[in-house]
Amino acid sequence: MGEFLNQVLAGVANGGIYASLALALVMIYQATQHINFAQGEMATLSTFGAWFLFDAGMPYWVVFALTVFGSFIMGALVERLVVKPVGTASPFAFIAVTVGLLMIANSASHWVGGGDIREFPSPFPGWLGSRYLSAHETGTILVTMIVLVALLTFLKRTPFGLAMRAAAQNPVSSGFVGIRVGLMLTIGWGISAAIGAIAGMMVAPIAFLEPNMMGSILLYAFAGALLGGINNPTGAVIGSFAVGIFENLLGVYVTGSELKLTSALCLIVILLILRPSGLFGKAAVSRV
Amino acid sequence: MLRRTTSSRKPILVVGGAAALLLFACGPYFMNGYNIFQLTMLMSYAIALLGIVVLTGYCGQFSLGQGAFFGFGAYVAAVLIGKASLHYLLVLPVAAAASFVVGALVSLPAIRLKGIYLALTTFGLAVAFPQLLKHPGLEAVTGGVLGLTVSLPQPPEFLGVTQDHWLFLVSLVTTVIAFAVTAGLLRGRVGRAFIAISDNPTASVAMGVSLQHYKMLAFAFSSMLTGVAGAISALAVRYVAPDSFSMFLSVTLLVGAVVGGVKSVWGVIFGALFMLYVPNIANQISEAAPWAVYGAALILVVTFIPDGIASLFDRFIGRRRNAAAEPTGVYAPSGVK
Repeated sequence: MGEFLNQVLAGVANGGIYASLALALVMIYQATQHINFAQGEMATLSTFGAWFLFDAGMPYWVVFALTVFGSFIMGALVERLVVKPVGTASPFAFIAVTVGLLMIANSASHWVGGGDIREFPSPFPGWLGSRYLSAHETGTILVTMIVLVALLTFLKRTPFGLAMRAAAQNPVSSGFVGIRVGLMLTIGWGISAAIGAIAGMMVAPIAFLEPNMMGSILLYAFAGALLGGINNPTGAVIGSFAVGIFENLLGVYVTGSELKLTSALCLIVILLILRPSGLFGKAAVSRV
Repeated sequence: MLRRTTSSRKPILVVGGAAALLLFACGPYFMNGYNIFQLTMLMSYAIALLGIVVLTGYCGQFSLGQGAFFGFGAYVAAVLIGKASLHYLLVLPVAAAASFVVGALVSLPAIRLKGIYLALTTFGLAVAFPQLLKHPGLEAVTGGVLGLTVSLPQPPEFLGVTQDHWLFLVSLVTTVIAFAVTAGLLRGRVGRAFIAISDNPTASVAMGVSLQHYKMLAFAFSSMLTGVAGAISALAVRYVAPDSFSMFLSVTLLVGAVVGGVKSVWGVIFGALFMLYVPNIANQISEAAPWAVYGAALILVVTFIPDGIASLFDRFIGRRRNAAAEPTGVYAPSGVK
């Protein structure tokens, strides 16, 4: 039983990581009704930026703030310069552009970081740790919860968040009532890149910093977001924890660690077919 | 979308195409082994891109997982030659049949998914595929992390050609068959059904076009083409390993298809040329540069020439044709003198 509990908690620790990136995916979906395949690689690039700031000798939380702010600017610029000219009329073009961004961000990470695997500092003091979860794992879960609450407050409790959701769901009508739809998209990309940067800084101390750090984590984050409902931040976080636990238990007791990605893929396929709106999501109704 | 050149220009295009093909076929007599290998890879890429044209360009289904089908075909070829010692001329048809079946199986869940969700699932397939190949349970067949080496076919003696040249000829025949079959399929009823599904699924169903039937066919046919391309590449490279078929291969194929023109059968030639030569050129700048060049090319083409390089040529031919345009086709006032 103690062993089982250990494995569940190890799954919870992984889930915390997936949840942080899943929140970035949910944010971009809330702002654009699309999926950003470059989310993971953009987060890795942000984390490399943070590494260089540490290397210059700055204290952790200063670097943290600078990285989050810098990533917001990066995300906003990417939307203005790259995504906007394509428009969102064709889903194929949007997917192709985010895949292109994935390649560029990955290449940029290789270019600034080389192939070396780097250690990344953790800000959390030792007393946060316990028998089951390390200090960093507990800290990651806490940070994810803080991001979740902040995001929920922003989206549901502020007029700005309401405007952003409206702009994504019905751009034309939102424009009629005076919402600046273009600005909303830009800020949405910025916020999602900032959340991604936080995710990257939480992942790096565990996974070590290298250009392909986020590759498979992105798949788990997708699975988590879809499980909980990609238009529901709380659901996505719960879904990510569930995916972390599911993946770990399955890996330990059933399939072995070699099939973890495949089980995530199977989970995605089954979810999309049985319950495309997720466990906690609202089903989208479309007019034909 | 599906434009036929007018009958007056057709002979010129046919003769020009045949001449280019003949020139291409004679190429190896003047080349060293490495250049012949490159031409073989060019044909492999072209066939793989043809698979994307069928699936994405015509049928409107986004797949980010074509690398997995490519890898499947490559492994089928490697295993058949290495473990089952099948005659290599039988390898390509068997790989084609196996890939067709796998494509049909993958389509069973895939035809229920739309747009970004299909892209997401196939992306997952591309990410998970190398891990599947490395699985210890399959190691006896796939060779695990180390992969498999593939011995090159011996040419028949009466031809008096090298191994590389012989493989080139086999690939050339395969490529011509693949283009002919695909062009024929897309020009007929099936191609029109694909376009209808891509343009308006609801209306297609109302017109009696079965979504399930045709989407399944598109997946299976596309997988077959991509699998054959993978088999050719396995023979040419003489080696298969799990990490050659990572998510990045799928992405590379997507870039090739978009650059050439995802709606154009002939555009795949430009896409294949891009895939073969651009990374080599970019590699001279820096080792990380090819990805950036691929990414930038993808974004630029999607933004500025959404139908790829092929559309530039179409436009060029179209303008010259229009200069001497007479009213032709269904709207021509025929019989009115």
